Amino acid sequence: MTAALLQYLISGVTIGAIYALVGLGFSIIYNASKVINFAQGEFVMIGGMAAVFLVADGLPMVAALPLAVLLAVLVGIGLERVAIAPARGASVVTLIIITIGASILLRGTAQLVWDRNFHTLPGIGGGMPIEVLGATILPQAVLVICATMAIVAALFWFFKATRTGQAMLATSYDPTAALLVGIDTRRVLTLAFALAGGLGAIAGILITPIGMTYAGVGVMLGLKGFSAAMVGGLGSPMGAIAGGLVVGIAEALTAGYLSSAYKDAVAFVIILLVLVTRPSGLFGRRDGISL
Amino acid sequence: MSAGQSAGLGLLAVILAALPFVLDNPYHFEIAILVCLNATVCVGLNLLIGYAGQISLGHAGFFALGGYASAILTLSYDWPPLGALAAGALGVAVLAHVVARPILQLKGHYLAMGTLGLGVIISIALNREVELTGGPDGTIVPPFSVLGWMPFESLEWYAITAGLMFVTVWLSLNLIGSPIGRALRALHGSEVAAETLGVNTASHKNLLFVASAVLAAVCGSLYAHFSGFITPTEGAFHHSIELVTMVVLGGMASVFGAVVGAALLTIAPQVLTVFHDYESIVFGAVLMGMMIVLPRGLVPGLVRLVQSVGFGR
Repeated sequence: MTAALLQYLISGVTIGAIYALVGLGFSIIYNASKVINFAQGEFVMIGGMAAVFLVADGLPMVAALPLAVLLAVLVGIGLERVAIAPARGASVVTLIIITIGASILLRGTAQLVWDRNFHTLPGIGGGMPIEVLGATILPQAVLVICATMAIVAALFWFFKATRTGQAMLATSYDPTAALLVGIDTRRVLTLAFALAGGLGAIAGILITPIGMTYAGVGVMLGLKGFSAAMVGGLGSPMGAIAGGLVVGIAEALTAGYLSSAYKDAVAFVIILLVLVTRPSGLFGRRDGISL
Repeated sequence: MSAGQSAGLGLLAVILAALPFVLDNPYHFEIAILVCLNATVCVGLNLLIGYAGQISLGHAGFFALGGYASAILTLSYDWPPLGALAAGALGVAVLAHVVARPILQLKGHYLAMGTLGLGVIISIALNREVELTGGPDGTIVPPFSVLGWMPFESLEWYAITAGLMFVTVWLSLNLIGSPIGRALRALHGSEVAAETLGVNTASHKNLLFVASAVLAAVCGSLYAHFSGFITPTEGAFHHSIELVTMVVLGGMASVFGAVVGAALLTIAPQVLTVFHDYESIVFGAVLMGMMIVLPRGLVPGLVRLVQSVGFGR
């Protein structure tokens, strides 16, 4: 009984960590630009797919994984330069459609450059589960959780202790004031997309040994990461992490105790409940913007 | 109705009446029928998004619910198609009314997420309730009939859908010119200001949400009967996005823009099939390019262009 519960909690925290990384990307971009980037899931796909194909081309893991992250970072920067910067001042829906156009474009490109099949990467520890109090945990899941904690710690240090991080925070509070004190807000915007691209790619690489990857993997992961960011409150990094864990654990418990068929609906039921009771998310600022 | 709107309505009538003489095979008719159905949904959705300023990323869910109501009631319960269509529309109206008040309190991205969540939940339910809906494979839908008359020819289906679209456009133009239309524009500008002037913003937003959902459901029913088949893809997130894209591409707060956007985005994929593997790349790139160059959409963008040429310095 408790072993089963522990098992569900372990898988919930693992997938929740991935949602948290994707949600963090949403929050960082939202803070810098007030744009919801519907192509965030595609960064996850690019990370996983690029890693798979670079390894298949004979590159060692240590070279392939950083290259895959770099590719997503470059795509993020490219997206900002080509599509977001020229459309500044457009309405919320227009920006949503631009990023959706980008996601369609990236998915199509991935199908063409790579393929339409499912792929996986070898996990660490050879995929042999470790037994903990009657439940089992994959070494890869341990890696997912530890890597996420390390990334979150690094991000908090970055925002707290570096001038660039402080500049990004300042821009998220008030872009005009940030500009007045000499912060290059355009560079902040580019940096936000680069960071979100990198975070997404790392999430994609981490989850591939557990959950497989394919050209369309980003659609659901992106939407759930978006729910995670929303549950926690848009623009709050801490909220994105909490939201990711809430969504991941609720999903695992639903799959375990209620119905695995409706597992994918959990994230959206939670988001509706949270939005209806607390319209700015659990940790959100009350600054709803209209169209 | 302004002179420009009357002229536009007249032009639309002429085009709709002339089209059957131009379309020369069932395939072209099929596309024209799909354009009319999508345009009807989009005119309704545009009232919500463009005029009231409330985004919805979940309207495909209502479309699919209408379609499935028709499919299930006519197939399993032997209802007459018109009764099933009405029941579907009524069911969607009740659902939309119940969810409208809590969801429409949200604004901007939060509203987008709320409606998106609603649409995704509907789509997942359609996929999972296999005994009722046939699951991911979809279900067949018996042919449509009204009091014994069964539209079978493409031309008859075209007449139904084009007629429905024309009436929807005409009613929408009237609505926009009415006090309700003025109230909507006021609340789009500023909800607080509208409230202080005595506009009941919540009930106006609810009205449009329900009306646009019912239009989507009716079109979903007709679509299901016309194609003889319906699958959960009709209710998927991707379809909701297509509908919103049609509205925004054509031009928000432009009734004719919604029609133009629906026509373009329904025809484009048929044309883009010549690009084979590059199809979605081209589609994505065109979508991004258009929205960057004409962020207000095609019709308002072009109208502005014509005005600046015609009445320029």
